[in-house]
Amino acid sequence: MSNESSRLEVHFDTLKEISNIGTGHAVTALSQLLQRNFRMSVPTVNFVEFKDVANFVGGPEALILAVLVNISGDMNGIVMFMVKQDSAHNLINILLGSTTNAYEDENSFSELELSTLTEVGNILVSSYLGSLAAMINKKIVPSVPQLAADMANAVLSVPAIEFGRVADKALFIESLFGTEEENVKGYFIFVPEMESFERSFKF
Amino acid sequence: MMSSKMIIVGMADLNVCKSPGVLTTLGLGSCIGIAFHDNVHKIAGLAHIMLPDSKQIQNNSNVAKFADTAIVKMLQDMGRMGAQRQNIRAKIAGGAQMFAFTSTSPSMRIGDRNIEACVNILNMLRIPILANETGKTYGRTVELYADTGDFIIKTIGHGTFTV
Repeated sequence: MSNESSRLEVHFDTLKEISNIGTGHAVTALSQLLQRNFRMSVPTVNFVEFKDVANFVGGPEALILAVLVNISGDMNGIVMFMVKQDSAHNLINILLGSTTNAYEDENSFSELELSTLTEVGNILVSSYLGSLAAMINKKIVPSVPQLAADMANAVLSVPAIEFGRVADKALFIESLFGTEEENVKGYFIFVPEMESFERSFKF
Repeated sequence: MMSSKMIIVGMADLNVCKSPGVLTTLGLGSCIGIAFHDNVHKIAGLAHIMLPDSKQIQNNSNVAKFADTAIVKMLQDMGRMGAQRQNIRAKIAGGAQMFAFTSTSPSMRIGDRNIEACVNILNMLRIPILANETGKTYGRTVELYADTGDFIIKTIGHGTFTV
C-alpha cells in the first residue's frame, strides 16, 4: 500500500458516511426534479485499485457513459459518475418517459439522450458534492460537466492518470436506485487531491 | 474472440514475446500503447504507459507507468530475448482526449503530453515510428502480432484497422 493511499484510508469511515448521505441526497434531488418516487439501496463504498475498477463496471472494453466533474475551491480533485449502457438506457427511459426497451443499436445514443445523461450526472455529482461541502463546512466548486461514452478502461484512464501521480487506489461508490419499472446501477469515483483533502478534513 | 496465446498487458504494465505470441492491451484512453517489433527475430514488446516522465513524479517505482522508463525496460527485455536494437521498429496508439474540457488544467491534456513524450524519446533513441495512431477523442484496444508486427486497433464506433 502506498503512503498516499493509506493517508486517504485513514478517513475511510468518514468518507463512507459522507458517501451514504451524499448519494442519498443525490437521488433525492433527482426524485424531486422528476416528481417520481425513487427507491435506493445503501451504497457500497470501497477503496479499489485503479486497475480493478473496470472489472466492477463490466470489463475493460465495456461501453460506459461517464460524467466527469473537476472540483476546486477548498478541495481539488475529480468526481466521476458512471453507468453501464443498460442502466443508461433505463435512466433515459425514466427521464424522457420512453416506454420502449428496444434499441436498434445498443451502443448508440442520440444527442438528446447524451445531453440528458450529462445533466443527470451533473445533478447527482453536484448534490453529492453539496453534502460533502456542507458536512465539512468548506467551499467546493464543481466545474462544467463533461460526458464520455467509450470503453471503460479508456474513460477510467483520465481519473487513473490524475490519481496515478500519487497513489493507485480510488474511493469507489456503487449505488442502486430506480423507479418501480426501471433499475439503475450507478457508480461514483471520488479522487481528491491529497493536500487539499487533508486540509479540509482538519476538523 | 481472443486466442489463447494472447498476453494481456494491463494499465501501467509491459510485456514481451516471441512469434507466434500476441500481445494486447484493452481500452487505451489518454494512455499510450507503445509497440516494438523486431521483424528479423520475430520478437514483440508492448507497453501501456500512463504518464510521460518518471522524473516529475515521486511515486515512480513502477517503470511501466512512464514513457521514459517503460521504453528502456522494454528494449532491455526484448534484447534479453534475442532482439537486436537496430531491427526494432515502433508503432504507437492512444493519447486520446476522452473528455472535451477546454480548461487549462494540464492533467486534462495528458494525452497530448504522452504523445509528445513518446515521439521525442523514440526520436532520441533513433527508433523509427512506422505508425502513429494517436490523439482524437476515442478509446482504443490494440493487438500486436509478434510474427508479422501487425498492430490491430479496435474502437467503439470508429472501426477496426491494421497498421
